Amino acid sequence: MTDEAPRLIERPTVATVDDDSALAQSTAAAAPVTQTPDAVFESRDVNVYYGSFRAVRDVTFDVPRNQIMALIGPSGCGKSTVLRCYNRMNDLIKAARVTGSISYRGTDLYHERVDPVEVRRRIGMVFQKPNPFPKSIYDNVAYGPRVAGQKKDLDNIVENSLRKAALWEEVNDRLKDSALSLSGGQQQRLCIARAIAVDPDVLLMDEPCSALDPIATARIEDLMQEIKQDYTIMIVTHNMQQAARVSDTTAFFTADTHSENDTRTGILVEVDTTQKIFSNPSDERTENYVTGRFG
Amino acid sequence: MTDTRAAAAKHSTEQLTVDQLQIAPSRRHREVIIRYTLLVAALVSVLVSTLIVLSLLREAWTFVTEVVWADTWGQQGWFPRRGLYDIPTIIVPTLIVTGIAMVVAAPLGLGAAVYLSEYASQRVRAWLKPALEILAGIPSVVLGFFALTWIAPNLVGRVGRTTFLVLGAVILIGYAGVSALIARNRLKQYREGAADPSARIAAVAAIAMLVLVFAVAAGWTLNVWLDFAPNNAGSLAAAGIGVGILTIPLVASISEDAMAAVPDSLREASAGLGARKISTATAVVLPAAISGIVAAFIVAISRAVGETMVVFMAGGAADASRFTDSPFEGGLTMTAAMASLASGTDNVVGEGLTFQSLYFVGLLLFVITLALNVIAARFVSRVREAY
Repeated sequence: MTDEAPRLIERPTVATVDDDSALAQSTAAAAPVTQTPDAVFESRDVNVYYGSFRAVRDVTFDVPRNQIMALIGPSGCGKSTVLRCYNRMNDLIKAARVTGSISYRGTDLYHERVDPVEVRRRIGMVFQKPNPFPKSIYDNVAYGPRVAGQKKDLDNIVENSLRKAALWEEVNDRLKDSALSLSGGQQQRLCIARAIAVDPDVLLMDEPCSALDPIATARIEDLMQEIKQDYTIMIVTHNMQQAARVSDTTAFFTADTHSENDTRTGILVEVDTTQKIFSNPSDERTENYVTGRFG
Repeated sequence: MTDTRAAAAKHSTEQLTVDQLQIAPSRRHREVIIRYTLLVAALVSVLVSTLIVLSLLREAWTFVTEVVWADTWGQQGWFPRRGLYDIPTIIVPTLIVTGIAMVVAAPLGLGAAVYLSEYASQRVRAWLKPALEILAGIPSVVLGFFALTWIAPNLVGRVGRTTFLVLGAVILIGYAGVSALIARNRLKQYREGAADPSARIAAVAAIAMLVLVFAVAAGWTLNVWLDFAPNNAGSLAAAGIGVGILTIPLVASISEDAMAAVPDSLREASAGLGARKISTATAVVLPAAISGIVAAFIVAISRAVGETMVVFMAGGAADASRFTDSPFEGGLTMTAAMASLASGTDNVVGEGLTFQSLYFVGLLLFVITLALNVIAARFVSRVREAY
């Protein structure tokens, strides 16, 4: 994995890692789909604390490239917290602290010289509730490229992103309308288009369909299948059917309840191919969860 | 009546009657009394405002109908006892003081608000915000004294010719830059508005307005620079800086409230797209909070226009009934004109139209504030990004 293509976003960074590391590399040079996907992320013994409270304990797993990985588990098991470690969103919460290591294409994401902003330009995020900016549809999609300093070619980026997010046909005649005039499902696809517009390597999706009706959900699931050849996707979902439908691999989390103070810590139970998790899981807790006997 | 109510056990299969579900009569009377008491409280303030405006209008009308209009423009100054009511003499210093106050308060207040809402940790915020609000509680007479005894000799008195020109140039260039951005948008609207003449007229009017303001401001700056005369005693600049300090907490507090109301989900969305804090603040939070921020500026401008004590003490009003357009000289603002008339050793009542002139100036103040509010409302409805 050496430098072979120019970086898409040419801009000085406050803190970059060494030039020969993966982070300094082009996101456009994503590896082609291979039979045995390489790992994009390797997390080792990740713990997340909120103040003195440990929300997630010793999470270790790999995320394969160009696949969709689902994180499932009961409420409060720390799925979203884990997901937000991958683009350092937890940095925004003052009391949050992450220990252990997460490496992204061979580089420690939490290295002191790694700039979280630079990380987030490569690892995009779609949130649970559609959160378009109160701006026009066009300005929403162009926002990421603009803050990255891009001024030219925005029209093309906007169009391509909206096409990829399967929204272009519906909005191409009203790009100047407020994004808030769209329906909930359209807003969420707009948020996906907005995330795609910065040409990320990975998309993190935190229950992207939980606020949507089944039709809008189906559209987003189709969309995920279409774009996974370009992106690695991690999705947190409460909906087991959704995990079974869309994902290639699944990580099952559960919550450990501490009897002494009634707090709960999320732990990873097992990671495997989605097919195996849903048909023949190795852990009894997983089986109980996916068959609906618990959670 | 309580018998039937009490008799109806809640958990029962018996049929209910309306009597059992109705409000107790005593309770109903109380609700009515509460309702009308609160209505009266709301109406009293409306009534008081109406009475004030009416009395203002009546006396001001007497002034308007009886004054010699030739003596209200182009005279040497504001000399009510001689029947010379030169309106520019009191309007221009008011504009100068307000302008200087905003140059001080807008960047500092907005900067404080952005820091408090986007950067400060909980710990810093916990003491910084109350500290700012204490500044709002300083009596204006104290600030007036401070402006006269400290700001005038130490700040204004030390501003040299060159410093003034540089300062003026910086502000003018900043204004020109912002206007150029607005004008570019307006030009685009003009080109797109070929079918809609009113859009074209609006675009041309807006650009003309920007150019006019720039020309007046540039001309004024040059004029002051040419006639530059530093002044250690009270001056409009000293008063303006004092009023600016007085309005910083107003701008900061109201803007900060507006920015704090912007949902965090928008900040997360912005951060998730790789925006730095400053981009999130300027591109997402400020546009979403613009109505509150403009409201903050309007409140601050109204406060600056109406501020009396600081300008009365530090504005050099004592010997400044003559027309001036220099911030380095003493001048008479509208409020100072009213205050000095009403606080004169000899009674102003009965001296021709002097008494009525007070009301006329009061009405002018009222009209200016009202106009500002209307303009701001229109501006906000145009640029607001409602979330």
